[in-house]
Amino acid sequence: MGFSEADWIAIGLTLRLAVTVTILLLLLGTPIAWWLARTSSRWKGPVSALVALPLVLPPSVLGFYLLLSMGPGGPIGQLTTSLGWGTLPFTFWGLVVASLFYSLPFVVQPIQNAIEAIGERPLEVAATLRAGPWDRFFTVVLPQARPGFISAAILGFAHTVGEFGVILMIGGNIPGETRVVSVQVYDYVEMMQYDKAHWLSGGMLLFSFVVLLALYGFRHQRSHAALRMGAVQ
Amino acid sequence: MKPGANQEAVPADEIIARFQFSYPAGAGDPGFSLCVDARLPGSGITGIFGQSGSGKTTLLRCIAGLQKSDDGQLTVGGETWQGPAVFMPPHRRPVGYVFQESSLLNHLTADGNLQYAFRRARPAPPPGLYKHVEALMAIGPLLGRYPHQLSGGERQRVAIARALLSCPRLLLMDEPLASLDTGRKLEILPYLERLREEFALPILYVSHSLDEIARLADHVIVMERGRQVGAGSQAEILADPYMPVAPDDERCVVLEGSVTECDSQWDLARISIPGGHLWLANHGLTVGRSLRVRIFARDVSIALHSHDDTSILNRLQATVSAIATEEGSALALVQLRMGSSVILARVTRRSLADLGLAAGSRVWAQVKSAAIVN
Repeated sequence: MGFSEADWIAIGLTLRLAVTVTILLLLLGTPIAWWLARTSSRWKGPVSALVALPLVLPPSVLGFYLLLSMGPGGPIGQLTTSLGWGTLPFTFWGLVVASLFYSLPFVVQPIQNAIEAIGERPLEVAATLRAGPWDRFFTVVLPQARPGFISAAILGFAHTVGEFGVILMIGGNIPGETRVVSVQVYDYVEMMQYDKAHWLSGGMLLFSFVVLLALYGFRHQRSHAALRMGAVQ
Repeated sequence: MKPGANQEAVPADEIIARFQFSYPAGAGDPGFSLCVDARLPGSGITGIFGQSGSGKTTLLRCIAGLQKSDDGQLTVGGETWQGPAVFMPPHRRPVGYVFQESSLLNHLTADGNLQYAFRRARPAPPPGLYKHVEALMAIGPLLGRYPHQLSGGERQRVAIARALLSCPRLLLMDEPLASLDTGRKLEILPYLERLREEFALPILYVSHSLDEIARLADHVIVMERGRQVGAGSQAEILADPYMPVAPDDERCVVLEGSVTECDSQWDLARISIPGGHLWLANHGLTVGRSLRVRIFARDVSIALHSHDDTSILNRLQATVSAIATEEGSALALVQLRMGSSVILARVTRRSLADLGLAAGSRVWAQVKSAAIVN
């Protein structure tokens, strides 16, 4: 046996969710990371703590509050209703919004660290060479912080794939809409279909290992390059 | 016409810089205040001299727009870069900036760094500029390398070339040699001298090294604790015994002169300076060449009469014009005038008393050695 049709639907949904969330998080997380890396505002601490909350909160707690705020009485729910989108819980886009919060620190922190590591000087150099703020971002920050962006994308993607608790709270279990791989595995176990659960779980295990292997291999290579540079300088 | 000379069509006139701001002192931070009201010439090399912490780098950063001062006024060649309601951001200011340590963008090769500047230069630089600068700084063989594959001196040469390729109207150099060892410094200095000769570009050159100031600067402003404490031509500043420019040991003056005679019997050259002449060892000098000669105060002694029974060849009749003594120091600096030339002599306070020296005394300055700087 292999993956059933339901499995493939769940895998496709999971990948669609993870890709969507990763792209959106890179777009949203970069300005946050940029601000956190460079500000000396007194709001830096509180904002950092907020961004990092999903690292320590139980997914059920996060999911509970997101469910409330996305519901008809919550601020997000009222906003989406007034825009004519209805409420988000138990929809694909509800999962996307929840995952944005849930995976945010995994994207913001690597980018923030990479931008902090660049420091002020290369940006000042580019400014004295007539590069404006956007020019500096695309020609200095992006290339010099590239390892951070790659790490952020891999971690954001992998973490979204591995989500379970928040999804159960927000999305329930609707095939093709909110039933991602982790929920599908849960269902199989609930129904005592261990062989099916083995296939999906084994697939997830392999996938996660390969992703992390790629990430650490990449970092290892980078640190060697950095060492070589350091030795010459 | 030399490439790079086109931006001189409108002569960059005087630079008027007035900056005032302060960081309050905090825990472990002594605080800092800058209060400068300077008029800098719009041509030649202006040395901004001072010890570390005197605010010279801050002044340069304010001029580049990298540092905002609450209260500032900056006019360069009649154009306002900063005023009460104006702050031109750094990327709009036509300056080139050479930082103290390597500042090459490390994700680009040397050539990539140069192109980064060249592509963004406004107005568009003459097409020959790239080749000209590459030859001037002798960086052709380095172009394909990344910054970490270059030595400190090579990186600084590329950084200077990069600043020139951005076609600046004003070149700012923040201790470009400070991160290099002596050998590398000597390697770069000739490039800076060629730069001065080949580009009609006003340069502000920050340094705490009197040696560099003596070799390069035409004008000097002296900074101390965030304040400007002196300004003038290089000759005026170096010859002012009261100016706090360096420890007495390093004090020197630089005189302009020309070769008027070559003595092949003794391998000496006679260098005429205003108000006298010096005999120096001749290393390939030819009659008529103009040059600059540096004389350290520690190499000048004073006698009341001309002595023929001394090994010191250069004895110049001079008038004492100023004496700077310091309480608690055995040494004094004596300013001596010969025609329009001024030199400094370092003598003990006791000698001052023994010889009865005072302003107006007629003396003989005995110059033990002098060096040709360029």
